[in-house]
Amino acid sequence: MSAPTVPPAVPAAAGTSRTAAALDAARARGGAALVGYLPVGFPDVATSVEAARAMVGEGVDVVELGLPYSDPVMDGPTIQAAAQTALDRGTRPRDVLAAVEQVAATGAAVLVMTYWNPVVRYGVDAWSRDLAAAGGAGLITPDLVPDEGADWLEASAAHDLDRVFLVAPSSSPARLASTAAACRGFVYAASTMGVTGARASVGPAAEQLVADTRGAGAERVCVGLGVSTPAQAAEVGAYADGVIVGSALVRALGDGGVPAVARLAADLVQGVRP
Amino acid sequence: MSTSTPSRGRLADGLPLSSAAGPYFGEFGGRFVPEALVAALDELDAAFTTAWADPAYRAELAELERTYTGRPSILTEVPRFAAHAGGARVLLKREDLNHTGSHKINNVLGQALLTKRMGKTRVIAETGAGQHGVATATAAALMDLECVVYMGEEDTRRQALNVARMRLLGAEVVPVTTGSRTLKDAINEAMRDWVANVESTHYLLGTVAGPHPFPTMVRELHRVIGVEARAQVLDLVGRLPDVVAACVGGGSNAMGIFHAFLDDEGVRLLGLEAGGDGVETGRHAASITGGAPGVLHGTRSYLLQDEDGQTVESHSISAGLDYPSVGPEHAWLAATGRAEYRPVTDDQAMQAMRLLSRTEGIIPAIESAHALAGALEEGRRLGPDGVVLVNLSGRGDKDVDTAARWFELVDAGDMVEAEDVRTARADEGVHDGPDLPGSAAPAGPGRRDEGVPASGPGSRADRGDAQGPA
Repeated sequence: MSAPTVPPAVPAAAGTSRTAAALDAARARGGAALVGYLPVGFPDVATSVEAARAMVGEGVDVVELGLPYSDPVMDGPTIQAAAQTALDRGTRPRDVLAAVEQVAATGAAVLVMTYWNPVVRYGVDAWSRDLAAAGGAGLITPDLVPDEGADWLEASAAHDLDRVFLVAPSSSPARLASTAAACRGFVYAASTMGVTGARASVGPAAEQLVADTRGAGAERVCVGLGVSTPAQAAEVGAYADGVIVGSALVRALGDGGVPAVARLAADLVQGVRP
Repeated sequence: MSTSTPSRGRLADGLPLSSAAGPYFGEFGGRFVPEALVAALDELDAAFTTAWADPAYRAELAELERTYTGRPSILTEVPRFAAHAGGARVLLKREDLNHTGSHKINNVLGQALLTKRMGKTRVIAETGAGQHGVATATAAALMDLECVVYMGEEDTRRQALNVARMRLLGAEVVPVTTGSRTLKDAINEAMRDWVANVESTHYLLGTVAGPHPFPTMVRELHRVIGVEARAQVLDLVGRLPDVVAACVGGGSNAMGIFHAFLDDEGVRLLGLEAGGDGVETGRHAASITGGAPGVLHGTRSYLLQDEDGQTVESHSISAGLDYPSVGPEHAWLAATGRAEYRPVTDDQAMQAMRLLSRTEGIIPAIESAHALAGALEEGRRLGPDGVVLVNLSGRGDKDVDTAARWFELVDAGDMVEAEDVRTARADEGVHDGPDLPGSAAPAGPGRRDEGVPASGPGSRADRGDAQGPA
């Protein structure tokens, strides 16, 4: 793993968002942030942590660690298969917390991407407490909309965690506004109607969605779903605060191990930094 | 909508229980979905609310029910079956006589009409036993809609006949190879499809589960079962039944018949869950009896999950009940005590299936046989003065292969593939004797003493390898 090309993010003071600070640091450099996703436990816990730390080493600004779940309805085949491998190998929520601790030690902002039931089962407040203690920045919740998230809004406030909810091309102006108001850190704009997975092109609706979400009050908007190449990252980074890459990194890890993840991360970082 | 907790048979605000209409039933229900689906759920909610209040929609649906489904379905009293139920009167609501062979058509026709009203041209569906898939494919053919049905690969093997039916009707059947390869995973795939194609596509969900408005909408479309049955029982018996029994997987047939009796405090509502090998073995699909509250497929309800909140695979001989969660209104009725839920083992269900077949000439679906097993118990408890109403939600044609294997009705060598079983039955005229309960059964491999359904020590061993590929 090469040395980090950017200084570790300054720990956010109480009441401020660690994720937002990472995005702002990227903006101060004149580019967008790169958000890299990997599921914990694929191909095993130790390797997933090593790969995440390698991404940070190549300049990834925010790490999104996936909590493997049995019924990932927002995920395409690549991530779904990786999560299933992680589950088959016994990956558990406490492994995710341990991974957060190790990756957060690099100084990167670390978000956990999780479907809602594992958090409910763990206990929303207990999970928030333990995530904060592990140095995690917050959660991305693909199947929890703010309307159903009263427990999480309360716990995240109590434990000073970021809340990243999604908006989609189908979101109404009213929902863009209410979701933007509920988010802390950034708003996750789904580039297209669909699930995760590399695509030949990022949906044309993405740029408009970013503009609309900003217009609805969001300070920071990152774009995910379908970004897999440096060129796509550059294209999206021109109008969004951050570019989220998942399936392509997972595939690289599966095909070429940690070195392949590091290579792709480095290329993607070049894409978002003009 | 009401989020209130019922008290002594009424909602906290004094309204009848039957007025509860989502998105929440007590602490259950809601919309735990990707944001991309919220607009579609809003659109569906508005479209259904408007349609349900529109006499033209209701008239069109009623006409289809009358001339296409065959409603009202009849009520059949089954005295020879009831002789094994302590002499209580047992009445069957014959949803098995509906077009396509189950209650599923009620819901499907209503949602297909709604699809047209929303201007969508494609429907997708999930199916376990295939009954909902067949009903959806049927309605799609009738109304000229493109149709894709997701079905767990395991279920496509268990229900090969229904796969062929769907394809004959023009539907594309997609075997799902992820996860447990059953209904749960078919729903995951359908939701993925819906997220990507929501502009043109309606997800024609098959039970009273999923995000709001599905639990309420599907219940409303099945209410006709209970409304008809309540009037029919009053007409036949002169009073309400003591018990209304129905099988519960997702819970649509049960909710359909329960709803008309929700505010009749003297009527016990009994849901029979799929107990599989027995709840104590962990191999079952009894999500209320053996599960805990959690979130799956867009709704908060009881579900089978491990200590980390990962969904636990369910097990039932009946593909139609093989689902690890249950509709949120059932969860609410269970939590409040208004309805009771009990497990019925595979063995008890199969015995009840055979008993009804031999005593009354009605082959029920294995799903419905769970309700019949519950009715036998209730009848014995009530005695000759009791009246038990059972929702016979489907017919057993699709389950004949499973029954043939369970009871070893054909030679083992002929049962390698489902098609072989059908061929053997057709060629050899297997098992056409009138082996009535209590009479001596012909000797033969695997032949089991019928009579009163029971599950007891030795029943599993007795069955040996005869179990179907459940």
